[in-house]
Amino acid sequence: MIVTSNVTKNYGAACVVDGVSLELPAGGITSIIGPNGAGKSTLLSMVSRLMAMDKGTVTVGGLDVTTAPSDELARRMSILRQDNHMTARLTVRDLVSFGRYPYSKGRLTVDDKGHIEKAITYLDLDALAHRFLDELSGGQRQRAFVAMVLAQDTDYVLLDEPLNNLDMKHAMGMMKLMQQAANDLGKTVVLVLHDINFASWYSDHIVAMKHGKVSAQGPAAEMIRPEVLSDIYEMDIKVHEIGGQRISVYYG
Amino acid sequence: MRTLLLALFGTLVLAVVSVFVGVSDVSIPSLLVGGVDSRAMEVLLISRIPRTIALVLAGASMAIAGLVMQMVVRNRFVEPSTTGTTESAALGFLVVTLLAPGWPLMAKMGVSAVFALGGTALFLRILRAVPLRDVLLVPLVGIMLGGIIGALTAFIAYRTNLMASLLAWNMGDFSGVLRGRYELLWVGLVCCVMAYIAADRFTVAGMGKDFTTNLGLNYQRVMMLGLVIVSLVSAVVLVSVGSIPFLGLIVPNLVSLMIGDNMRRTVPWVAIGGAGMVLACDIAGRLIRFPYEIPISVVMGVVGSAMFLYLLLRTPRGAT
Repeated sequence: MIVTSNVTKNYGAACVVDGVSLELPAGGITSIIGPNGAGKSTLLSMVSRLMAMDKGTVTVGGLDVTTAPSDELARRMSILRQDNHMTARLTVRDLVSFGRYPYSKGRLTVDDKGHIEKAITYLDLDALAHRFLDELSGGQRQRAFVAMVLAQDTDYVLLDEPLNNLDMKHAMGMMKLMQQAANDLGKTVVLVLHDINFASWYSDHIVAMKHGKVSAQGPAAEMIRPEVLSDIYEMDIKVHEIGGQRISVYYG
Repeated sequence: MRTLLLALFGTLVLAVVSVFVGVSDVSIPSLLVGGVDSRAMEVLLISRIPRTIALVLAGASMAIAGLVMQMVVRNRFVEPSTTGTTESAALGFLVVTLLAPGWPLMAKMGVSAVFALGGTALFLRILRAVPLRDVLLVPLVGIMLGGIIGALTAFIAYRTNLMASLLAWNMGDFSGVLRGRYELLWVGLVCCVMAYIAADRFTVAGMGKDFTTNLGLNYQRVMMLGLVIVSLVSAVVLVSVGSIPFLGLIVPNLVSLMIGDNMRRTVPWVAIGGAGMVLACDIAGRLIRFPYEIPISVVMGVVGSAMFLYLLLRTPRGAT
C-alpha cells in the first residue's frame, strides 16, 4: 500500500501539490488522471523520492520514502518519469541490465541475467537489444526504459505517462503488460495517464487530480461517468458503454 | 577483447619507441656494449624510462579524468581544461608556492587539488544557475570561468615574478621529466583504478539524477567521487608535467563512438587510448625539429583541436 499524508509542494508562490492524502491499495493498477498542471507528475515524483516534499509523509509498503535507505527502496519500488534525456550512449541490453543494479551492484548473477532477458523479450526488444539508445525511435526508447524498470522487479511500479511516444499497438501492449504484472505477479502499478479510455479499460482504481488536490477517486466504474469526468476536465465528456467497457467521447 | 589487446600492443610499441628516441645515443647495441655503468644506461634509467612512464601515466589518467567528467556533468564536451578545473589547480599551486614554498611537492599537489575541486564545484554551481543547458554552452561557460581564474592567476604571478613558472605549468612538457621528479603521477594510476572500480556507479550517474535515485544510488555522492578523481588527476598532472589540453576530450569521445558509454567497458579503452595518444604526440614533438623538442601541449593542441573540430562538425547524434 502507498500512503501519502498531507503531501505538499510549492514552487515559489505556486502550490503545485496541496496537502494530498491518499491511500493507494496494494495490487492492481491505479491510474492518476487530470488536466495539465494538476500536480500528477509532481506527486508521483515525491512518492518515488525523486523530489523532496515541502510538507507531509509518504510510505510505500510501510517504508518512509524520506528516511528508508535508497537502495532498499530501489528493490521495493521503481519509477520512470516522462521525457528521459539520456546523454549516455548505452545499448538496450546495457540499459536493461542496470535495472538489476539495486540487487547485484554491477556483478550480474545468472538470476539477474534471466530477469534482463525476460524484460527484453516482454517489451519486444530482442531484435534491438544490441542497438544504442540514440539509434532508436522515441517509442523504442520508451520501451527500453520500461524494460529496465521491469528488470528491476519491484513490488511497486510507478510510471509517468508510459504511453508517451507509443503507437496504438505498443500502447495497448504496454497496458496489457502492466495488467499482467498486476494480476499474475501481484505488483502494484501506479500510472499517470492522459488517455482516459486506457485508464477506463485497464485501471482498477482511478485518482483524479485538479489544481494540486485530489478531486475524486474510486473504482474505475465509478469514476468513468460523464458528470465526474466533465467536472475534472471542465469540458463536456460523454461516456458510452461498448462491449462492456466504458468509453469516453470528447472530440467535438 | 581482441581489439583491446591490439590497442594495448600498439601502445606498448609506442612506449618502446619512446624509450629509444632522443638526442643521446640510447640503443640496444650501445646498451649491450657499454654495460651497466655506461652513459647510455644512465640516460635510459634516469631520463628515458621515467619519461615514458610519465607519459603513460599522465596520458591514461588525463583521459580517464575527461571520461569521468563527461559522465558526471552529462556533457560530451567537458574535460578539466573546459571546466575551470585545470586553471583552478594552477591557481592553487601558485598560491601554495608563494605562501609555503618549503612544503613537499605532495602537499603542494594536495592544495592544488583542493583548489581544482573548488573551481569545479563553482563551475557546477554556475551551470545550475544558467537556464539554457545547451550542449555547447556548458563547455563555453567552463572556458569563460577558466579564463577568469587564469587571469587572476596570471595577475598574481606577474606581481610576484612567477610568470615563467606559470608558463611552464600551463604548457605540458615532458622534456624535464627525470627520475625522482615524476613519481607523483602514480597517484593518477590510483585514480584510474578508482574510476574502474566505481565504473558502474558513474555510468548510472551518466543516466541522470532520476535514474540514479531510482536505482538506489546517492547521486550527490557519486558526483563528489567523480569530482575528487578529476581534481586529483588535474592537480597531479599539472604539478608534474604541466597541463595537456584536449586529451580528456578527444579520447573518451572517440571511444564512445566506437563502443558506447558503459564505463565498465570504456575505462580500459580510454586509459590505453590516452596513453597511446600522449606517447605518439610526444614522439612526434621530439622528432619534428630534431634535435630540438616541441612541447607536447603544442603538438596535442594542434592534433586535438583538429579532432575536436571533427567531433563538433559531425552530426552530434549522441551529443544532444
